[in-house]
Amino acid sequence: MIGRTLTIARKELLHIVRDRRTLVVMFLLPIVQLFLMGYAATTDVEHLSTAVLDGDHTSQSRELIEAYRASNYFDIVSYVEDEDSLARMVDRGVIRAGLIIPAGYGADVVAGRRASVAFVIDGSDPNVASTVFAASQQVGQAQTMRIIERRMGIDMEDMPGVEVYPRVWYNPEMKSVNFMIPGLIAMVLFTLTILLTSLAIVREREQGTIEQLMVTPIRPIELIVGKVIPYVFVAFFDMLEVLAIGVFWFGVPIHGSFSLLLLLAVLFLMTSLGIGIFISSVANTQQEAMLTVWLMLLPSIFLAGFFFPIEAMPGFLQALSYLIPLRYMLVIIRAIILKGVGLEVLAEQVVALAVFGAVIMVFAATRFRKRLE
Amino acid sequence: MTNEQMTNDKLVIETHDLIKRFKNVTAVDGLNLSIRRGEIFGLLGPDGAGKTTTIRMLCAIMDPSTGSASVAGFDTVKEPEKIKKRIGYMAQQFSLYGDLTVLENLVFFADIFQVGRQEREVHIARLLEFARLTEFRKRRAAHLSGGMQKKLALACTLIHQPEILFLDEPTTGVDPVSRREFWDILTELHLSGVTLFVSTPYMDEAERCSRAGLMFEGSIVVCDTPAHIKGLVEGELLELRPDRLREASRVIENIAGVLEVQTYGDLLHIFVDDAARRAPAIQETLAQAGIVVRGLRQTRPRMEEAFISLIRKRREET
Repeated sequence: MIGRTLTIARKELLHIVRDRRTLVVMFLLPIVQLFLMGYAATTDVEHLSTAVLDGDHTSQSRELIEAYRASNYFDIVSYVEDEDSLARMVDRGVIRAGLIIPAGYGADVVAGRRASVAFVIDGSDPNVASTVFAASQQVGQAQTMRIIERRMGIDMEDMPGVEVYPRVWYNPEMKSVNFMIPGLIAMVLFTLTILLTSLAIVREREQGTIEQLMVTPIRPIELIVGKVIPYVFVAFFDMLEVLAIGVFWFGVPIHGSFSLLLLLAVLFLMTSLGIGIFISSVANTQQEAMLTVWLMLLPSIFLAGFFFPIEAMPGFLQALSYLIPLRYMLVIIRAIILKGVGLEVLAEQVVALAVFGAVIMVFAATRFRKRLE
Repeated sequence: MTNEQMTNDKLVIETHDLIKRFKNVTAVDGLNLSIRRGEIFGLLGPDGAGKTTTIRMLCAIMDPSTGSASVAGFDTVKEPEKIKKRIGYMAQQFSLYGDLTVLENLVFFADIFQVGRQEREVHIARLLEFARLTEFRKRRAAHLSGGMQKKLALACTLIHQPEILFLDEPTTGVDPVSRREFWDILTELHLSGVTLFVSTPYMDEAERCSRAGLMFEGSIVVCDTPAHIKGLVEGELLELRPDRLREASRVIENIAGVLEVQTYGDLLHIFVDDAARRAPAIQETLAQAGIVVRGLRQTRPRMEEAFISLIRKRREET
């Protein structure tokens, strides 16, 4: 039993070592993916291109413009003379926001009246727009305080009121890379394992070598386990690789237990391997396998909460997301890396993954028969 | 009858009304075969006759739609694993690992069949010698010639010393010299007592079998010793080389006493009821038609003519 399994594993290892292209895919692809997405998949909104229509031209209007610039959210890239040209710039996407200060703004401020300005926001990307909206209000309120302080000759710090001190836990600088990298690690692991295992088994079918194996006394379970063993190591190595880049290059701190993380990653690997084996039992060619992998991957990525929070999805999609193993791993890996929590908090996810892994493995193994159709 | 003859007469492959239907075709249509221990059986037939499907069912890697088969005394559906320990199977396409060396392929199959450590060393050395591959043992299988790949595949199927060997078109796509060499190897195996079941589209290879079965559109047209099969053809055979082949064939067909005309390259093979009597008439008719004839002679029908004739008859009947 073990003898034949190891025989298959050794043969598979020879295939891997002798195929340069697969080697490159296996060890370079995760690195490329991590770098690309680590930089691209950021939701931090800063230095937004902004145009200003200053119809007032007073020191007061200039002070307001300076306040927006100083906030770091807005880069003043252009001054325009009328609303039409401002609108055109938004249309063309040159600017994402516009500040319109009407004539008489300075006079209102000096006279102690409530002055008003307009702030145009490109709302096509709601994520960006909501951040910009909040920032525009925040700058306006701060400016209001300054005007009041100056006019009344007081210091707002001495006035009655409520001061809210925010305490941002887990990711105090609110860097989106800290949130993205753990998710990426889970995703890279998921993609690679499914792809490699399904291709490895389908290749035997495509080359006709499976027929030769079928007339030997080998058991299906020996064949499957043997073929999968080398890829468990590859996937594990890949995980360490991306983890190292995450920690040392992107500076993502691991707050929780490293060994727990590795242990649960192995559990997750079992699930991905099972899916890979299952795909290989459905597909006849490597191309078919490839397509099936992508068909499975896309909903997984979107529904597992990798880009979009599951809480924001409609009810039936939330229900559907429970069927996606990546969902549990995302919770686990983010919790361990960012929050530093342990098994006591993650029991639910761990059980779900274990059940998933066992069911898929058994299902995939029983589907594999030593028979040609 | 001695004891030895008794065991030799034991049937090692038997099929009963074996049928395999695929979505659109019936590949094997009511096959009944009996093969004795120690035979070298040739399954002959054109492409698409159902040879590969038959062999796959006998090797217990494909289930029949209806009917049954037993190999080495075990049912192919109920006890497939017992069969697999006792047989060797060489598929039609090269189905070894091209990126592994000759030796690695052999060792791999030795491991899978759990051939013992000491046994295997002797065995592998012998098989390499036997397949004339000793000097290529470090070469990757993908870099071998077609003939050498076939020999390596054969060596791999022999690693566990099977009682029965199934070979699916082992000589297709192999050059004539390697073909001859391959059959010499098969004959050696036959002499050592292995039962061989060989499929081939080459009719001349039937001559090297103890019995041959002609398969056509899923069923056996005839199954007998090569000598008997050749004896089934009616009449005697004349061979001639006319300058206008098609015209000559048409003219000859209508001559009295001519049973059948087959073209064979630029030759015509003519079956007649009495060669001595009909030859002058044929020569005369062709001369009248202005067709120049070279080398008219009487020959003995070969397997090839016999099969074409038998298939033609089968077609006319249905």
